[in-house]
Amino acid sequence: MQAKGSRAPSLRALPFLFIVAALLGLLPLLHSHGLQPNPMLASEPPHHYPAVISGSEPGDVTAAPHDVSQEIRPLPNRTSPGHVKYRKAFPVLGIDYTHVRIPFEISLWILLACLMKLGFHVIPSVSNIVPESCLLIVVGLLVGGLIKGVGESPPILKSDIFFLFLLPPIILDAGYFLPLRQFTENLGTILIFAVVGTLWNAFFLGGLMYAVCQISGTGLSHIGLLANLLFGSIISAVDPVAVLAVFEEIHINELLHILVFGESLLNDAVTVVLYHLFEEFANFEQVTVTDIILGFLSFFVVSLGGVFVGVIYGVIAAFTSRFTSHIRVIEPLFVFLYSYMAYLSAELFHLSGIMALIASGVVMRPYVEANISHKSHTTIKYFLKMWSSVSETLIFIFLGVSTVAGKHYWNWTFIISTLIFCLIARVLGVLGLTWFINKFRIVKLTPKDQFIIAYGGLRGAIAFSLGYLLDYQHFGMRDMFLTAIITVIFFTVFVQGMTIRPLVDLLAVKKKQETKRSINEEIHTQFLDHLLTGIEDICGHYGHHHWKDKLNRFNKKYVKKCLIAGERSKEPQLIAFYHKMEMKQAIELVESGGLGKIPSAISTVSMQNINPRALPVKRILPALSKDKEEEIRKILRNNLQKTRQRLRSYNRHTLVADPYEEAWNQMLLRRQKARQLEQKINNYLTVPAHKLDSPTMSRARIGSDPQAYEPKSDSGNLPIITIDPASPQSPESVDLVNEELKGTSCLPPSPEEDEEGLVMHMMEPSSPGTDNVFTPGASDSPSNQRMMRCLSDPGPQPEPEEGEPFIPKGK
Amino acid sequence: EGLAKSGSPMVRPSLVRRLMDLITSHLHRRFKQISGDQPTLRKESFDRIPDLEFNPIRSKIVRAFFDKRNLRQAPDGLADEINFEDFLTIMSYFRPVEMNMDEEQLDHFRKEKLKFLFHMYDSDNDGKITLQEYRKVVEELLSRNPHLEKESARSIADGAMMEAASICVGQMEPDQVYEGITFEDFLKMWQGIDIDTKMHVRFLNMEPIAHCH
Repeated sequence: MQAKGSRAPSLRALPFLFIVAALLGLLPLLHSHGLQPNPMLASEPPHHYPAVISGSEPGDVTAAPHDVSQEIRPLPNRTSPGHVKYRKAFPVLGIDYTHVRIPFEISLWILLACLMKLGFHVIPSVSNIVPESCLLIVVGLLVGGLIKGVGESPPILKSDIFFLFLLPPIILDAGYFLPLRQFTENLGTILIFAVVGTLWNAFFLGGLMYAVCQISGTGLSHIGLLANLLFGSIISAVDPVAVLAVFEEIHINELLHILVFGESLLNDAVTVVLYHLFEEFANFEQVTVTDIILGFLSFFVVSLGGVFVGVIYGVIAAFTSRFTSHIRVIEPLFVFLYSYMAYLSAELFHLSGIMALIASGVVMRPYVEANISHKSHTTIKYFLKMWSSVSETLIFIFLGVSTVAGKHYWNWTFIISTLIFCLIARVLGVLGLTWFINKFRIVKLTPKDQFIIAYGGLRGAIAFSLGYLLDYQHFGMRDMFLTAIITVIFFTVFVQGMTIRPLVDLLAVKKKQETKRSINEEIHTQFLDHLLTGIEDICGHYGHHHWKDKLNRFNKKYVKKCLIAGERSKEPQLIAFYHKMEMKQAIELVESGGLGKIPSAISTVSMQNINPRALPVKRILPALSKDKEEEIRKILRNNLQKTRQRLRSYNRHTLVADPYEEAWNQMLLRRQKARQLEQKINNYLTVPAHKLDSPTMSRARIGSDPQAYEPKSDSGNLPIITIDPASPQSPESVDLVNEELKGTSCLPPSPEEDEEGLVMHMMEPSSPGTDNVFTPGASDSPSNQRMMRCLSDPGPQPEPEEGEPFIPKGK
Repeated sequence: EGLAKSGSPMVRPSLVRRLMDLITSHLHRRFKQISGDQPTLRKESFDRIPDLEFNPIRSKIVRAFFDKRNLRQAPDGLADEINFEDFLTIMSYFRPVEMNMDEEQLDHFRKEKLKFLFHMYDSDNDGKITLQEYRKVVEELLSRNPHLEKESARSIADGAMMEAASICVGQMEPDQVYEGITFEDFLKMWQGIDIDTKMHVRFLNMEPIAHCH
């Protein structure tokens, strides 16, 4: 993505322009911070803030920014600013900032975040070296500094906003699209890292920091053991947001990605328990054995409870999605709402909200995907990506701003030793645990892997928010804690985040492989699964495969029947996969096919090559449900229609008296290409033959019916093929014709209707599941009648008629 | 015998033998259970395993135990009955990979496993998987769904075969014919999947006990 040379200077200037524009937009914001909004007291005399508002009436303005207040002209009948109410003229223009203040500010911040993201991608050179998270923190620092410079106090990232609004989208995005196969295969490893690793980090760090605090002369001896342990538990958790932000850009292999990422997700339970435990008892300085046992118990309650809540909501969401076939538009909303409710419900009971969110996403996904339409699936995907992206950006910016805004207390000893011990704890923890884990793993973790796991343990905003939650009364050293947390976050994000990419290249760590899932692989994988299950049964060894098989059988027998609508509940996985592949291929084919150009990625292998003896039979697709079929057809039609619309313009005004020949040749060419395209589509995706008995559709399936080109005189459902070159009609009139024919179920045999281009009508029943809202384009008539324009052969014997030598009309 | 190939140099031979005995005795007990205390197993013996009933490719698995190619006795044909040694030979195909293997051993290891799989697909022993055989495989995989039509399995198999042809041969003219998937083609198809790490049964792994020593 190289910017063209001549445009490079303006492109480089673009981000600066963005920054300036964004900051300018902040100015009214800044001024309003200093003003006291008084929406109710309309008659309040303005002498409270004489310096800012001068010359404005007390009547209409409540809080006005400095520069704007000048524009308000004082009214002629005004005598003096006072407590007297008087009749004023109707205000033509007024300002009421407090009315919109909060949404306005929020939107401004989000806009700033998005503009920053945009800016970074315009300058590719910087974003190659520095990960986006670092740049965003820097921007946050700048903005915070700017706000402070103006004299206002910049907003700090409040824990409520963070935990309730900014964090859930990111976690939901991660949980919904979690690669389940790898996750479950490595679950043991992930759990050990998450639970044991975090515990080790917390206690090691807390204990060492306590020892450091006891050293006389540092001024830290007032910090007790429990306070230190609390600090340790806050800072020891690997942060999913930071990990995602950095690992997304370096594309390491899936195993490492899932290990570090899974660890960052599952350690939430440990963090929650430790945090609450130490916070409760930090004041008492005494922890009895009962408390420890209760704490241990609470860990199980928190984690398993969180998962349980998530599973419940996931099942409910799956069940709801079973009935949404008539209102497709709100399907995505169910997914979002149920997941968010799961998160909030878990947080309500002090259970682990993150685990609830992940559990609900994982549980609902297979069933919801089987029930919802393709468009809803796309919507869910893009909304989740959008929200999580914006959230992430906002979090990092606010981290920067909060750094500037917060009160800091810098103590060299404490902070430097925190940093060092954090790193040491992480390295030792990973090494030790890997030695233990490798005994039980088949695919061992190499030292390179261990290094990446250790190095990828980034801290982020969760640690900051947890620290922010501490209250001053019990924790006087809160500021120092916050400073230390921010330092560690900065260090991990900047230093480790920036250097991990060159290190990955240097150590030649295996990168992610872009493999295309193929039907062969799917068959082989399933075959292997069954084989291994069988062998395990023969050996009498109840291992991994045995239990997975049992779960699958249970799922198929009971759960799927409840949660998946209609026919799809019985669909075996192989068939579902095959459908997905075909849909994908059909879309790819048509989108790249365009004007009939066959993409080279599609091979020319066809049925002839593998089965020469067999006749080219109409392949019947495994029973596609009506909905799916309708969707595939609609997608194909939309894309083919776009093609035809483009082609139509060739036919219109260019066909005047003489160059029929040229147009005819052009048409032949187009027809040939379209036929090839259709053939390709037929190879990959055949709509069941028995549904398309009407002669019109068999004409559409060019190539399958070699004699299709004679107009059949006995059928009433013939397509009307007319070319009217000299017609004064505009192309839009054709749509009117289409609309008129909407209600009819058969073609009106009206040869005198002048239609543009070559038109074919398709009979088919409407399917109930179509969502009209998303249907694009004016020409796509949203109801029964679908117009499919194919350039089909008008017939071997054109019947010349006066003035139009070229228009064979069907009877 | 297949299990004796481990030979990690750090582990004493006596320990290896002890481990082998452990695993072997477990398998021997299992063998006795299945065969009903007979010295040999027949095809019918496998009916004694209840869980195997749910397996869609049951017949292929059972057949694989009696396939002479897997038993390394003959290039084709089926044995009528197998003894404990043959049982162990088949089990050895599912050994997990061991850390001390070098490149050549690993390659051989992988090929052995893939050959086992290939023999399962290629029922008529002609050295290639034809369209009919592939169709049969997919039909069996989908056999637990009685409401499906036969054509569904057929079209999936056709699609897969075409894909295999395009991977192995590339672009084909309309008059070229792709006979079937040979073993080399089969290897190519499995390149993306780590067969050495996937095709194993965990308890045959002697390493954790070996390392504890």
